[in-house]
Amino acid sequence: MTEPEPVIDRWFTTGPEPALIGRRCTKCGTYQFPPTGEWCPNPACDSMSMEDTELSRRGRVWSYTDAQYQPPAPFVPSTDAFEPFAIAAVELEAEAMVILGQVASGFGVGQLRVGTEVELVVEPIDASGALVWKWRPCSE
Amino acid sequence: MAVVGVGMHPWGKWGRNFVGYGVAAARAALDDAGVDWSDVDFIVGGETVRNGYGGYVAGSTMARALGWNGARVATCYAACASGSAAIEAARTRILAGLCDVALVVGADTTPKGFLAPNAGERWDDPDWLRFRLIGATNPAFFAMYARRRMDLYGAGPADFAMVKVKNARHGRHNPNARYRAEVKAEDVMASPVVSDPLRLLDICATSDGGAAVVLASPAAARRLGQTDVRIRAVSTVTPRFPNTALDLPDIATDSAAVVAPPAIGFRPSIAAAAYEEAGLGPEDLSLAEVYDLSTALELDWYEDIGLCGPGEAEKLLQEGATTIGGRIPVNPSGGLACFGEAVPAQAIAQVCEVTWQLRGQAGPRQVEGAQVGLTINQGLFGHGSCVILSK
Repeated sequence: MTEPEPVIDRWFTTGPEPALIGRRCTKCGTYQFPPTGEWCPNPACDSMSMEDTELSRRGRVWSYTDAQYQPPAPFVPSTDAFEPFAIAAVELEAEAMVILGQVASGFGVGQLRVGTEVELVVEPIDASGALVWKWRPCSE
Repeated sequence: MAVVGVGMHPWGKWGRNFVGYGVAAARAALDDAGVDWSDVDFIVGGETVRNGYGGYVAGSTMARALGWNGARVATCYAACASGSAAIEAARTRILAGLCDVALVVGADTTPKGFLAPNAGERWDDPDWLRFRLIGATNPAFFAMYARRRMDLYGAGPADFAMVKVKNARHGRHNPNARYRAEVKAEDVMASPVVSDPLRLLDICATSDGGAAVVLASPAAARRLGQTDVRIRAVSTVTPRFPNTALDLPDIATDSAAVVAPPAIGFRPSIAAAAYEEAGLGPEDLSLAEVYDLSTALELDWYEDIGLCGPGEAEKLLQEGATTIGGRIPVNPSGGLACFGEAVPAQAIAQVCEVTWQLRGQAGPRQVEGAQVGLTINQGLFGHGSCVILSK
């Protein structure tokens, strides 16, 4: 059996301490995610040089919700009978940005509040086994 | 700059081609203006992305459907803000002296259910990626905004339901509205949860419909005897970097690590630009048509257009200030709660409603003595949309 691969190339690392991969301007230090930028998004910076950087693995919930109806394609449900899942928008302090993701399986809106600390994990996105990043509430 | 004619095709789920709705709305607006189609020298269409090539070139599709008359043409796409972008194109061409009478048309045929991204494998399209990677529908974004009102300001489901009840009452007598029945708060709160905390009746439907306006230079408006309603401002502003509020359809916000966020966020900046252009403020408004994609989002708009401070919208609603008869009625048309969204037509429909209100032609939903009205919405990918009209 082959190791599961990320569903999208170069957006996050896997392993025991996975992290989202952002881009950072080598001139002014501005961050960007998704990591597709080839130039700095800061309008006051003329840099054409962005480098990959791992983003903070922990952040605080900016807001959250869930999907109780199956989203349309290209969403792929994990199971034949759709099971609701939660979504969180998470604020990373050092990067001063908010990044969306599903909430780790087994957790729902009942475990979340604005401000809840969460940690990045990778889990299968669907039955294919391909991996995606998710946010998991920290235990403490 | 005068609005000399307005017209709509009723919203619903009619299942016909979008062109028919647009032609019906355009003919109604031309009749209302007393303008012959052959005298229109510029036509602008709001693009629809769900109706094939005819939708991509909506301006010329409508021109052909009305019978080619040689008018200059443009088509605007700005997602939900397409209608106001189209109005702005017409307005600026008139202001430049290049045109006397312009027709702006938006129409859509929308499938039932969640709005979905374009088909195919589109790994470089943020709108496709948010569905593929996260399953984040439009209501999921509305729900996250609603949740912030709850966790930060103590809003509750009963507040959200009250918005629906108010708008349903307003729209009851609107012949162009799709839903014209009163709704009880308990019906809203008993409807199925779509994206927590929002329930089915908190979220606007997707609809078919068409809306049109005829704009004219001051000289042409005088000639037509249609000088009652003026456009005072159109704001189509984009965000300023860094935009730190999560916006549809983005997976992440800008980073504020290096540049501090602007003094006001994107949504309030849309209205602020319009107020500045008009030389008016929120205290001058007689009514507002705001984009209630969800009940909770209407409350956000109260604050974003300056009717009250952050966290005060629920109180304004509960006091009855935003009900017809109150200090500043919001969505006297019934809003998206009663219409459902027909994307390229919706911002034009907002302007139709304000025009009827300012003329005193709104019948049972009339806001007494209306002098100034504001419309506001936001198109995904950073499109501001705000129009201020006055007598």
